[in-house]
Amino acid sequence: MMTTRTLQFKIYRYDPDKDQKPYMQDVAVEVDSTDRKLLDALVKLKAVDDSIAFRRSCREGVCGSDALNINGRNGLACLTDLASFPDDKPIVLRPLPGLPIVRDLIVDMTQFFKQYHSIKPYLVNNDPPPERERLQSPEDREELNGLYECILCACCSTSCPSFWWNPDKFVGPAGLLAAYRFIADTRDQATNERLDNLEDPYRLFRCHTIMNCVDVCPKGLNPTKAIGKIKDMMVKRAI
Amino acid sequence: MVNRKIVGAHYGLKDWLAQRITGVVMAAFTLVVVVALLQGVGASYESWRAFMASGLMRFVSFLFIVSLCWHAWVGVRDIWMDYVQPAGIKLALHVLTLLALIGYAGWAAQIIWRL
Repeated sequence: MMTTRTLQFKIYRYDPDKDQKPYMQDVAVEVDSTDRKLLDALVKLKAVDDSIAFRRSCREGVCGSDALNINGRNGLACLTDLASFPDDKPIVLRPLPGLPIVRDLIVDMTQFFKQYHSIKPYLVNNDPPPERERLQSPEDREELNGLYECILCACCSTSCPSFWWNPDKFVGPAGLLAAYRFIADTRDQATNERLDNLEDPYRLFRCHTIMNCVDVCPKGLNPTKAIGKIKDMMVKRAI
Repeated sequence: MVNRKIVGAHYGLKDWLAQRITGVVMAAFTLVVVVALLQGVGASYESWRAFMASGLMRFVSFLFIVSLCWHAWVGVRDIWMDYVQPAGIKLALHVLTLLALIGYAGWAAQIIWRL
């Protein structure tokens, strides 16, 4: 039997072409038992009011495009269970905090990706490539677990106060996790340059281990731990 | 001058490490003082003065003051770096913080060595 449920939403709306300033819109949407995730409800909502704008793509927590601020906490709409919301309170949806708004729930990620690119997120190895692939021992490969899985949804960086205050100078948790992913890679030959690149009071040391990043990561990753390992390597290099 | 955001000052590790080490020094000193107080050193002015005037306590309380000022320098500068954007104001605040902390350190040293 199909059971239906009506969900109340409070959604951040802003269309810079039409609106003087952002406002919160109350909308209700009916979902049925086959709608499991918040994204399913948003897709239904789009059918009710097609002016609402949000990003989405893979709908299974891999592409990282539907990151939102859900009831004050960053997360992916496609991984958030509708069952986790109580009936008596509206679901408050806002765009990721700290980034410029393009429209409604869509933010401008330029600054976020600029920081990501600044850490050179690719393998640097000047040896001629072997016939098949650059090999690693299983133990060395193990080091990359918990690092390579990042989907760049920006939930972490946009929940980090240090990134809010200095998005142009602080690399942010996502960028630093990616930085450590290459620092930890035994096939990479640019470890020293990577550490040099990060040794800066702003780029790395704006992290005050607030750990909002760990709290919100939809993939369960731990940027704070990676940042700690970068600092460890810097200390070992210096003493 | 072009208005470009530039980073890469190549420092920060020493400050971060110093903040941790000075934190440990202060925690250890606090523990020593708490233990002394529990043993009744603070019962009278004379006993407290005798405690603080011993060679070892002069040594560690000086270390404590240096640690406190160093720790405060890193921490307060962090606050200016986080929240103050204009470079001129930031530099002025850094200098004022440094001058105040040096002044306090000198003042504190005078008090300890007067004992």
